[in-house]
Amino acid sequence: MPAPLIEMRGITKSFGAVKANEAVDLSVAPGEILGLLGENGAGKTTLMNVLFGAYAPDAGEILIQGKPVRITSSADALAAGIGMVHQHFHLAPRLTVLENLLIGIPGKTGRIDRAGGLARLAEIGRQHGLALDPDLPVSALSVGEQQRLEIVKALFRGARLLILDEPTAVLAPSEVDGLFSALRSMAAQGLGIIFISHKLNEVRALTHRCTVLRHGRVAGRVDDPANTTSSAMAQLMCGHEIVPPARGPSAPGVAVLTLEGISTSHHSGTALRDISLVVRAGEILGIAGVSGNGQRALAEVISGVRAPDAGRMTIAGQKVSRFSPREVQALGLGRIPEDRMTTGLVTNLPLADSMVLPRIGTAAFSSKGLLKPDAIRAFAEEQIKAYDIRCPGPMTRAGALSGGNLQKALLARELAFDPKVLVVSQPTRGLDIGAARFIHEKFLDMRTKGCGIVVIGEDLEELLVLCDRIAVMYEGRIVGTLDSADATIARLGLMMTGAEGHS
Amino acid sequence: MSAVFEQIFQVGFLAAIIRIATPLAFATLGEMFSERAGVLNLGIEGIMLLSAMTGFTAASLSGSLWLGVLAAVLTGMLMGALHALFTVVLGLSQHVCGIGVTLFSSGLAYFLYRLIFGQQSVPPNIKGFQTLPIPILSDIPVLGPAVFNQFALVYMAILAIPVAAFVLYRTPWGLSVRMVGENPRAADSAGVSVIATRFQAVILGGALMGLAGAFLSMAQFNAFTFGVVSGRGWVAIALVVFGRWDPWRSAGAALLFAFVDALQLRMQASGLGHIPYEAFLMLPFIFTIVAMAVMSRNAVAPSALLKPFRREER
Repeated sequence: MPAPLIEMRGITKSFGAVKANEAVDLSVAPGEILGLLGENGAGKTTLMNVLFGAYAPDAGEILIQGKPVRITSSADALAAGIGMVHQHFHLAPRLTVLENLLIGIPGKTGRIDRAGGLARLAEIGRQHGLALDPDLPVSALSVGEQQRLEIVKALFRGARLLILDEPTAVLAPSEVDGLFSALRSMAAQGLGIIFISHKLNEVRALTHRCTVLRHGRVAGRVDDPANTTSSAMAQLMCGHEIVPPARGPSAPGVAVLTLEGISTSHHSGTALRDISLVVRAGEILGIAGVSGNGQRALAEVISGVRAPDAGRMTIAGQKVSRFSPREVQALGLGRIPEDRMTTGLVTNLPLADSMVLPRIGTAAFSSKGLLKPDAIRAFAEEQIKAYDIRCPGPMTRAGALSGGNLQKALLARELAFDPKVLVVSQPTRGLDIGAARFIHEKFLDMRTKGCGIVVIGEDLEELLVLCDRIAVMYEGRIVGTLDSADATIARLGLMMTGAEGHS
Repeated sequence: MSAVFEQIFQVGFLAAIIRIATPLAFATLGEMFSERAGVLNLGIEGIMLLSAMTGFTAASLSGSLWLGVLAAVLTGMLMGALHALFTVVLGLSQHVCGIGVTLFSSGLAYFLYRLIFGQQSVPPNIKGFQTLPIPILSDIPVLGPAVFNQFALVYMAILAIPVAAFVLYRTPWGLSVRMVGENPRAADSAGVSVIATRFQAVILGGALMGLAGAFLSMAQFNAFTFGVVSGRGWVAIALVVFGRWDPWRSAGAALLFAFVDALQLRMQASGLGHIPYEAFLMLPFIFTIVAMAVMSRNAVAPSALLKPFRREER
């Protein structure tokens, strides 16, 4: 095995009393793709931020090609040949592709070196199949293209080690293939790659070796991921065995949610075109599709945030007339929005307030225009216990909770009122296996109890595990619906590009 | 009415537009640099006033107008640095600190002025900048005397526009300014110091605001009075929005405002005497409000405007 390109030895980093990393060793050889696995909060991101100079480690050292280096800023990291593609892209949407590439690069005689930048961009594009239009504003790029730009940006700066933090979370299956072939091409040229993920099948398909973190420590290493089972790796990550939830046979009852010919105009995002669907009591309907094909508009219409221009909708047999969140809620709809932080709850308010917000006007939480703080607190405390939401207490600022705990809080809030229909968007995005498992079990419980559930998501594996039927959206239409017994990732992936379901 | 139009389309009218636009152009470009980097500088009104005072004082005491300009620019940079210290380094509220800087600078200007010149019945004045005709160019009919027979500071303002555009769009520093104003995290991860870039942009902005103040007390009025700025700083903030944070458009906005202002001055003097002059005084401000209402619908501010940057915050 060649000498390591980069080596981290005994890295320890604490935030207050919490040890985010403890004596972590990690190395990457040239041409090697290393998988960095771990649940949320296991310390993957912290470790990479230490490597990228965002955090100073409390102890430990970093060696590049055998020589110890001190990395105290991202500028140091870049100079040392380390490039990072963050989970949330570091791009300025209103600037062009080329401008985003040239940021921080000294120009020629005081001017931006446009010609040199164009040449470099074209060369990198050719080498790894990462072509981009230099003069488009970043806001005009798809998410996949923005990620490509982030990778090009790192290569542009001469990175020899590329860190990718959950790069596939935002991609469609076909885009994942493109990303993987680009990464393999880079590795073939001697670059080292650290691939952070908790999608085990991807890690097995792509990486040469894995380091698994748990509670900030190295829980184990996998030398041959391709021939190691997912469950063995999951066990390393969680410390115990993970059994996928079992979905019993479905016994769909009456229709609890129907949409007939729902269309919206272009206000923001993709418009809906003639959407019709039925969700029955006791079934889970998945809505698959590449992000940006109208899923958001659909979720907004169903949850009463946006009124459609045409079509009708019923909840539990009752026609929805005004399309207000309060109306659909009163009819028995619960919702978990896509973005926990912005539309889910109010991050600067205490958790308890966020948990009762949709029902703040009901008799349970207020009377004669005044809040009942004790009732609100008691409700929150009860849910915190019931859902094992890890937080100091109901008066904690909601924004201080981790993603998994926030999602549990949202779920608790909706399920406490026995909805007849539950609409959820991206229910487990960014959650670790344990938290995702918990959420899935709750959905299946609700299904058994006769709730109709709509899961809007991009993670096809998740949809296949959970859903009884899966509808695929493309450009605001539903191109087809499959029984999950007939559905495969390949077939759904094809439909997600606009091919009809029955072809 | 024809008399009004005759007066309007005179060389003197065009020259007046250019003169009125000059301090606005400096101030607008200054505010633009600051805002492009993500820092709203509401200190502009006070910075202009204090610069006008220090510039006037330095010129009056030393006898050198250019020394006065230097003093005004340094004052602007110093107060810019103060605003940057609060908002960029300490990450405090840009609104509150900006208003604080304006109140502090204005108070300081009045105080120092009284301290140095005492209370006089007739305010002291200086022999300000004289027009500096540019050979050949000033002989062009109409345009020549209007544009090329002006104060040196006017030429500086005219040159400042393309220079500002070049710096902002063609230099690595300008790209850094735009990047820290759009997505500071992206700039940081590219190895650009967000704090330093913002600091520099706010100080450059302060220097330009200082020039605006210098023009008012040393070329336009040749004296320092408490009303020497009279809202021009606030107008510049509106003009930046109107000019969509672009040097050319911002300068154009300043010119348009100056046109309306020059127009109302002429109308006041044109014998439409039965209308109170205050009505005319309102015109440029009404214009600004209407223009803002129409234009700011599509205007998109730098994304990180008003947002302090702290690195270890996730």
